[in-house]
Amino acid sequence: MKLKSLALTAALVASTLGALLAPSLAQAQAKEQFFPLLVYRTGPYAPNGTPWANGKQDYIKYVNATGGINGVKIAFEECETGYATDKGVECYERLKGRPGVALFDPQATGITFALTDKVPTDKIPLITLGYGLSASQDGSVFKWNFPLMGSYWTAADILIQHIGKKEGGMDKLKGKKIALVYHDSPFGKEPIPLLQERAKQNGFELSLIPVTAPGVEQKSAWLQVRQSRPDYVLLWGWGVMNSTALKEAVATGYPREKMYGVWWAGAEPDVKDVGANAKGYNALALNTSGTQPKVIQDILKQVHDKGQGTGPKDEVGSVLYTRGVIIQMLGVEAVKRAQERFGKGKVMTGEQVRWGMENLALDQKKLDALGFSGVLRPLSTSCQDHMGSSWARVHTWDGAKWGDMSDWYQADEQIIKPMVKTSAEKYAGEKKLTRRDAADCSS
Amino acid sequence: MFYRENGQFKSSYRADQQILPITQDRIAMLVLLLAAFVVVPLGVSDYWMRAILTPFLILSLAALGLNILVGYCGQISLGTGAFMAVGAYAAYNFQVRIDGMPLIASLLLGGLCATVIGVLFGIPSLRIKGLYLAVATLAAQFFTDWAFLRIQWFTNNSSSGSVSVAGLNVFGVPIESPVQKYLFCLIFVVVFALLAKNLVRSAIGREWMAMRDMDVAAAVIGIRPVYAKLTAFAVSSFIVGVAGALWGFIHLGAWEPAAFSIDRSFQLLFMVIIGGLGSIMGSFFGAAFIVLLPLFLNQLPGWLGFSISTALASHLETMIFGALIVFFLIVEPHGLARLWSTAKEKLRLWPFPH
Repeated sequence: MKLKSLALTAALVASTLGALLAPSLAQAQAKEQFFPLLVYRTGPYAPNGTPWANGKQDYIKYVNATGGINGVKIAFEECETGYATDKGVECYERLKGRPGVALFDPQATGITFALTDKVPTDKIPLITLGYGLSASQDGSVFKWNFPLMGSYWTAADILIQHIGKKEGGMDKLKGKKIALVYHDSPFGKEPIPLLQERAKQNGFELSLIPVTAPGVEQKSAWLQVRQSRPDYVLLWGWGVMNSTALKEAVATGYPREKMYGVWWAGAEPDVKDVGANAKGYNALALNTSGTQPKVIQDILKQVHDKGQGTGPKDEVGSVLYTRGVIIQMLGVEAVKRAQERFGKGKVMTGEQVRWGMENLALDQKKLDALGFSGVLRPLSTSCQDHMGSSWARVHTWDGAKWGDMSDWYQADEQIIKPMVKTSAEKYAGEKKLTRRDAADCSS
Repeated sequence: MFYRENGQFKSSYRADQQILPITQDRIAMLVLLLAAFVVVPLGVSDYWMRAILTPFLILSLAALGLNILVGYCGQISLGTGAFMAVGAYAAYNFQVRIDGMPLIASLLLGGLCATVIGVLFGIPSLRIKGLYLAVATLAAQFFTDWAFLRIQWFTNNSSSGSVSVAGLNVFGVPIESPVQKYLFCLIFVVVFALLAKNLVRSAIGREWMAMRDMDVAAAVIGIRPVYAKLTAFAVSSFIVGVAGALWGFIHLGAWEPAAFSIDRSFQLLFMVIIGGLGSIMGSFFGAAFIVLLPLFLNQLPGWLGFSISTALASHLETMIFGALIVFFLIVEPHGLARLWSTAKEKLRLWPFPH
């Protein structure tokens, strides 16, 4: 009897294994553009990962509801990474072979690092809007990476500019103490070289306070803040780390007005738990939030009102949701741009999408037509510049919502450019790559 | 009825002491090796090779290393992730700092560095035992986490603390494609598994097991505890270090200390416990259980045609996985390897059990 059940199980396992191997053999011709979605809806980063993923998915549904990309429908599949690098690599390997795969948005800096070495062989572009490898702005070394709209270096630079402006001039920063409370991972460490460079130039004192990932335990970090009493605290956190940091700031009595977060520490889930106590906390804003933009209204009408929305309706238009929408829009626009060259109404390959991404030209008129007026600034990419624009603002939490947008800032080219160049050069040297020549740029 | 050994007579000690004394086992092993070396590279998709089989092989190797320490010598260790990290970062440093360093040499040197650290953190095992030792080895974990995050020299002054390797090759043959990576790891695993199997059958292996079963009695019959325990730490962390280097170099390509966090140590310890303590085979079973089953559970709803949300799939995966661990530990506390040998015993008598 026992043996029978054993044999039965064996047969079951064998048949599922067969089913498992079968789809990989049948590589059907792509009829749809496939967008693989690496997400994390569980774990310590889920509060922030979920609205981001919802925004991306809703925009795909919206594009499909309005006829696709010049008639090409979009297919998608989510894969849960839990923000872990090895799981992300597995998801990438799982989804990269799908017919019509367009690009990857890894949603995590650690995963981006691991995929950066893999995408050139697989010929799939990586879009890392506002995160990832800062040096990958240099498109002539990083052919397949697109840190659109900003990197951690531009973010750190803009924060220092904003603080300088608040103090009444960059020269007033001399002798000030600025502490960086950061997530102890590549994500948190990326801004350090820029801040050190800035500290040298502007003469402020930079202290580095690491927080062990995922950042639920920060007592010792804030003890250090309390002892050294910095003039400003830069918060480089993600997920639960942000709300924990704010709670610790409340507990230690550090003024929230003196705290500045990166754009990944400036969304609703970061401050909601702290509520009114977080009033006055500032963070960078890559995009607006709220349901006023036309594209959000359209998504509500075309997707949510038809009962096809991905997440809760009241989260539509939140900061990270909107960012998800923007990322997906840029991906779709890259496909559209590629279609202009390689054939309208066709499914683009990863290589073709990469060309589209490198030749993005979204002026105000195009953004208005897409319904993104006021959400982001125009951007255009090129072979040398894979970022497209580095404009960002600072917004403040008033206890109930994000608002009080500052003026637009742009990262200081004179600081960023040489740093990007040197570290791209270092990367190229380590990997024995040569810079792309003009012919490669135009291909 | 095919699996019985009547008619197979052993006429020499040599024949009696083979690793696989039964002819059918030898045939099965040959078939398995043939499948692993020939059939898999020819017939399995890139996804399987790159994202499932390669990590499975590397983690099996790490579990094998840990099994020598925990399963054979009875010294519980929670520092496996740390020894993997030492292996990976040491190999990385040999690779980038010495021009023209052969890949295999840097992997093995990485293993040697892990050995040194392993022996160092193994010294407390002479005084503390059991769960207390487990807590002491945690120190290794925290120490390496700290060292690789804070000491810039180890990461070749990389600003983000993340390091990467590229352009790997062995004697001019590149290790790039999934097949090459898979075969490269497979060769390492096969060689190390054979070495480990022979080690545990030899005098030193018996010393470890004597130490595990009763250290006082072992000392009384003339086994030096210092030697036995420290060699177990050395051999174990060497294998674990090489596995760590392979994990960084071959599987991830770019990694940060988080790749070798405390979670990895727990994961490997669970592999060894579920697979079977004190069994080479068990390490592979445990790795398969821990690596393959979650992937299988995660993708099962999709294959069956259910469309459930990503979050629910991931929660279900964790819940079912947890339930299965409990189930297997209740059914067979000695691990999957024991289940396997019970099945073999039954097959020998089938269809006339007594």
